[in-house]
Amino acid sequence: MGNFDLLMHGFSVAITPMHLMLMVAGVLMGLVVGVLPGLGAPNGVSLLIPLTFALDPTSAIILLSSMYWGALFGGSTTSILFNIPGEPSSVATTFDGYPMARNGESTRALTLAFVSSGIGALMGIMVITLLAGWASQFALRFGAPEYFAVYFLAFAAFIGMGSAAPMKTLVSLTAGLILASVGMDSVTGSIRLTYGFSDLLGGVSFLVVVIGLFGIGELLATVQEGLRFRGVSSKIDLRDVLKTLAELPKYWATMLRSGMIGIWMGITPGGPTAASFMSYGVARQASRKGAAFGTGRPEGIVAPETADHSAGTCAMLPMLALGVPSSATAAVMMGGLMIWGLTPGPMLFATQPDFVWGLIASMYVSNLLGVILVLATVPMFAALLRIPFTIIGPMIVAICFVGAYTVGSATFDLWVVLVFGIVGFMFTKLDYPLAPMILAMVLGHKAENAFHQSMLLSDGSLGIFFANPLVTGIMIVALALLILPKTLGLALSLRRNRKVVA
Amino acid sequence: MTIKTALIAGTAVLAATIPALAEWAPQRPVEFVVASGAGGGTDNFARTIQAALTRNDILDQNMVVLNKGGGSGAEAFLYARQNAADPHKLIFGTNNVYLLPHVAQLAYSAEDLQPVAALALDEFLIWVKADAPWQTSMELIEAAKAEPGTIVFGGSQSKDTDETLVALIEQTTGADFKYIPFNGGGEVGVQLAGGHVAANVNNPNENIGQWQAGAIRPLCVFSPQRMAESEPVNGDMGWHDIPTCAEQGLDIERYQMPRTVWLPAGTDPEVVAYYEDALSRVAETQEWQDYLAKTSQTAAVLTGDDLTAFIEENEAATVTVFEAEGWVTAAAQ
Repeated sequence: MGNFDLLMHGFSVAITPMHLMLMVAGVLMGLVVGVLPGLGAPNGVSLLIPLTFALDPTSAIILLSSMYWGALFGGSTTSILFNIPGEPSSVATTFDGYPMARNGESTRALTLAFVSSGIGALMGIMVITLLAGWASQFALRFGAPEYFAVYFLAFAAFIGMGSAAPMKTLVSLTAGLILASVGMDSVTGSIRLTYGFSDLLGGVSFLVVVIGLFGIGELLATVQEGLRFRGVSSKIDLRDVLKTLAELPKYWATMLRSGMIGIWMGITPGGPTAASFMSYGVARQASRKGAAFGTGRPEGIVAPETADHSAGTCAMLPMLALGVPSSATAAVMMGGLMIWGLTPGPMLFATQPDFVWGLIASMYVSNLLGVILVLATVPMFAALLRIPFTIIGPMIVAICFVGAYTVGSATFDLWVVLVFGIVGFMFTKLDYPLAPMILAMVLGHKAENAFHQSMLLSDGSLGIFFANPLVTGIMIVALALLILPKTLGLALSLRRNRKVVA
Repeated sequence: MTIKTALIAGTAVLAATIPALAEWAPQRPVEFVVASGAGGGTDNFARTIQAALTRNDILDQNMVVLNKGGGSGAEAFLYARQNAADPHKLIFGTNNVYLLPHVAQLAYSAEDLQPVAALALDEFLIWVKADAPWQTSMELIEAAKAEPGTIVFGGSQSKDTDETLVALIEQTTGADFKYIPFNGGGEVGVQLAGGHVAANVNNPNENIGQWQAGAIRPLCVFSPQRMAESEPVNGDMGWHDIPTCAEQGLDIERYQMPRTVWLPAGTDPEVVAYYEDALSRVAETQEWQDYLAKTSQTAAVLTGDDLTAFIEENEAATVTVFEAEGWVTAAAQ
């Protein structure tokens, strides 16, 4: 009940004309940086930090967090329309969002993505509101073995029921793991696989690779297939938006499940990108039409978007309460917090109630504003597809390269985009799945570090992954997700065979 | 009011130094190249300076912060080498600028950067969980001697300032700890609060939140004298109430990390003088004082020969520890 009173107090702080204006401005700017690949939320937020010097901390965090929400919404737009993820966390949205847009249902895909993001955000904020104190205590229980178990769970959930040939999945996964290990290893301090290129010291940027694999790769495929986008004839109609809204309640189970996954990954610093992949994998396993995923299934859009946004909002909690950001954007905001003179940590909730609860209340309002604003832009974005390919094609190339350069201001990254554009094209043509490679790039190094730290702690004994109920529980769920789908499938086909024999 | 005073003071400093200066001033936006990721200690240092320069109109051009934290910051220093003699790039780091080349084979050396100023010294403390049995640093060290290799220290990276300090404690006392690198001080702070490691050597700023909450407590600080007076942080205990490690009989008088600003090598002396002056004026501002108080760092404005002497001493002392641990790379020997 105490939390409810505090929340009401927060609303009185958050809802002022000035703050509402900041929210609208933040969400709109966020949409822009989210839509442009490369210029993601972390860059956008850090560009805004100097502007916040003139604001009080509460207004400043409202502006920055609104921008983050806007970017999370905007990131799915290019994923769906052009197969270029605007944000790392919207990579999983391309798997079914882009096929659906190609089938001529871009309005439906965009609406599904935005509304399920909004619902995911709402679920995340409600958890923060109700469980603020408890959740941060829970996060403290995560040491190195628990982290490894969570990453392992994400891998297992996604890989467990891959539809591609197992050998091809393995190749893709291994390529991703190799790419993830390039650069300086933080546990040993040694430099790996840079072959003397100093540009590789910081590792291969995941976002740059993704822009190449998807953006340029897809463009090459389009060029080969006849210089135009399929699905061009799609009608844009506000009625399509309403019709999609009406079908949403059908996916309540997917939303609830994905929301929970997102909340879990947001609080135990796994991050929104991992959450969206994991949720997509779980949705595919749970769906009776799992095999049709990747061809434009609505659940394939709802699942990653709900998880992405609920993880994004929940990532604010460990940042405020523990000083550990579970997403890159949260890390930038935490830097801002310190400049404004606030110390993140367990006491922030007690010493700065105006700030904390003002922020939490503003999250309700600005996410609602975000859904409305972004839905209003659906017809506009969907209309982009009607522009002839000869005009939009070159523009996409330019956006991809500019976006890749913005990630780290390095000319080397332009070559990375080009190389991975070709790799993406070849992978698609040869039916190698891209997703395992991307998942391995996102989580590979983190999982390796957590594993290495665990081994140092236990002097090399694997028993540490079954040393307490928490880590044992996560490991068992992960192993079950990895093994059960295959064995169940085997058992089913055996039974079917027996029937045939009988 | 304070800003105004600072401005007047600043103008006075400027007026006094004008004869010594040629009229160099930045012609284009200045790039702040930060040798850490966004949100890290060096990032906050750079952004505070950016705020102080902007709000007090010390620097007239736009300033763009660029995070190049790859390879423990080596990315930023390589960038300085690639942009030799560019007066519109300031590089922000710690002592990693001159220490990294000793432990890793990198395509730059400390000579590729020109030191401009050190503005603060960040302190190191030994922290343990609030309910740990040890009350002083020597009790912790005796416990480690009794059971070698069982007490776990968490630190932010491998062969960084944290691991160097733990190695120095081991070399000084003969105790044997287990060191595990995580990713950044914030993460190590939470690992300690959660009881996954037994101790850490975090900077004040990285652990203040957990200390306030009573989850962890400091044993001693590696500084020649106690830290500055402050508001009480936990109960009636403030930073000044923490004993120095030397007081407790741990024979390491000083272990501090400078917050430093550099230019690419090869710029004109007027350029260096310009930034020395601008940064000295930053140190006078209210923003800077607030930053020092908030992060519990020790004020120390070092430029010119003082800075060179400090760097030489710090580098020599640290390399001795590296050599004893066998960390020095073949190329650097």
